[in-house]
Amino acid sequence: METAAAGLLVAMAVAVILVPLLSRQDPLGIGDVLALRLLPPGARDARGVLHLLGTDRFGRDLFVRMMLAGRISLAVGIVGSLVAAALGTILGAMAAWLDGIFDRVAMAVADALLAIPRLVLLLVCASLWRPGVTMVVAVLVATGWMGVARMIRAEVLGTRALPFVDAAVALGAGRWRVLWRHALPNALGPAIIAATLGVGNAILLESGLSFLGLGIQPPEPSWGNMIAGGRDLIVAAPWVAIAPGLALIVTVLACTLLGDAFRDRLAGEAAVSLGDRA
Amino acid sequence: MFPATLARRLAGTVGLFWLVLTITFALIRLAPGDAAALLVPPSATAAEVARTRAELGLDRSTAVQYARGAGATLRGDLGESSSLHVPVSRAIREALPVSLGLGAASLLLTFLIGVPVGLFQAVRRGHASDRLLTVATTAVYAAPSFWIALSLVALFTYGAAAWGLPPSMRLPAFGLHTPGAELHGWSALVDLIRHAVLPVGILAAIGAAGIARYARSSVADTLQADFVRTARAKGASSARVYFRHVLVTVLPAMVVLFALSLPGLVAGSIFVESVFAWPGMGQLMVNAIIARDYPLVMGATAVYACIVIFANLAGDLVLPVIDPRRRA
Repeated sequence: METAAAGLLVAMAVAVILVPLLSRQDPLGIGDVLALRLLPPGARDARGVLHLLGTDRFGRDLFVRMMLAGRISLAVGIVGSLVAAALGTILGAMAAWLDGIFDRVAMAVADALLAIPRLVLLLVCASLWRPGVTMVVAVLVATGWMGVARMIRAEVLGTRALPFVDAAVALGAGRWRVLWRHALPNALGPAIIAATLGVGNAILLESGLSFLGLGIQPPEPSWGNMIAGGRDLIVAAPWVAIAPGLALIVTVLACTLLGDAFRDRLAGEAAVSLGDRA
Repeated sequence: MFPATLARRLAGTVGLFWLVLTITFALIRLAPGDAAALLVPPSATAAEVARTRAELGLDRSTAVQYARGAGATLRGDLGESSSLHVPVSRAIREALPVSLGLGAASLLLTFLIGVPVGLFQAVRRGHASDRLLTVATTAVYAAPSFWIALSLVALFTYGAAAWGLPPSMRLPAFGLHTPGAELHGWSALVDLIRHAVLPVGILAAIGAAGIARYARSSVADTLQADFVRTARAKGASSARVYFRHVLVTVLPAMVVLFALSLPGLVAGSIFVESVFAWPGMGQLMVNAIIARDYPLVMGATAVYACIVIFANLAGDLVLPVIDPRRRA
């Protein structure tokens, strides 16, 4: 199952890079609107060009536009999740290693932020600054580090008690070297699982933000704002809203299956929270 | 739990809640732009903006604003919503029951559907039915709730009309009640149920998919345990093994998950309420954020945090009761 999921993810990544490059259609440009708008999936337009998933209200081909949107959505999801996991790992490891006041303050802040549902926190943060790609990644990181930090802190605390750490200290290794070379590598299991499962979650959250108009702004396509764009056309042309969701589902499905496979392999405990998703 | 531990836990909870409010206050103060300037018409003079700022108390220092806000919150006064022009507590009081009702109905269905599916998958682990259900549940879990909502609206509201499905299968797309219809008693209840089928169904499907995934791995792990093998070796029937041994072992984890899902009651419905125009907490939050109505945003965030903290506390308190291994 995991090879299929990984293969699907790679295929999607390749598709979002290549399809807009190779296609002769311009997903951002607006041509002859009246002739091209709202064609159903599988229709050919006046010039005989096939539109796999139809066209939107401005006559732009939905399949190519969906793949272009995939670039942004996939990039935001991957970067947001990886940086959040990295930040959480650093803070959690430092909290476990330094103990004392830093640990208490960091964990109190993490607990307070965890007490607000992630989507609510995301919306509040997103409303404070100007919408855009950087802002979406920043708020995904700001709302996603807490769970990883708690897990890594628990793992490092457990590793700190193991004999090989004592041995390293006895051999004269500095504190930070022991953390970096000995304690941390053994504690990274949950971080990897959280990062992989987090990509799917981040993509869903970004699409939710963009759907509400607080994330990526049109005309830059993102899966979320494409679905929002099709919302009022749901009567006349339902494919405008439904098509972008298909690529999103395939991508998040692949990420989640991959994360599950990692979790089974590494036997870690990625926290399950139903209040987290979009 | 001993009274001393309980008292310490409660004190910690109050402290956590205070920290949440402080962080939210700090976040909102971080926002660039002048809140007073957003609330006056564009033609207002500088004097009018200054007067609005003074009225809102924004001309005082941050520390003073914080102290005033904290004092007001302790008295139960959450301020006035700048977009709705009603007290924040009233707006929340009217919106909360809708979200709680939606959440409660969907949470019930979530566990009623999700646990049996997860159990079935764990029993048939590795077979084709398990793999198929894994992909199906993960796909449902991977789909954005607003996308499912829009697709089902297209199918059941407009598609049903276009394809001539019987009226009982045509489900309304918006709101809690049919506007303009003066219904009472039984017909009002039926009307409410027809309006609730899609929103509750969507949340229940997504929740059930998540629970099924968790239950599958949880039960599958338990089925490998020695005590299950012993029970089977002693001749216990399958039903006895599953109910008396496996389910009882998995129950504490399910209870904790139930407690952790309680916040999803109100927060998870944000998009569904937005698409179906239900006047609940989710729509209140979204509209407040879009209107930059910060008193309402703070009040709603405080309510959400309250629910999460309460749910975690409840889970912590109930767990030792259910799971004897956890009693101190």
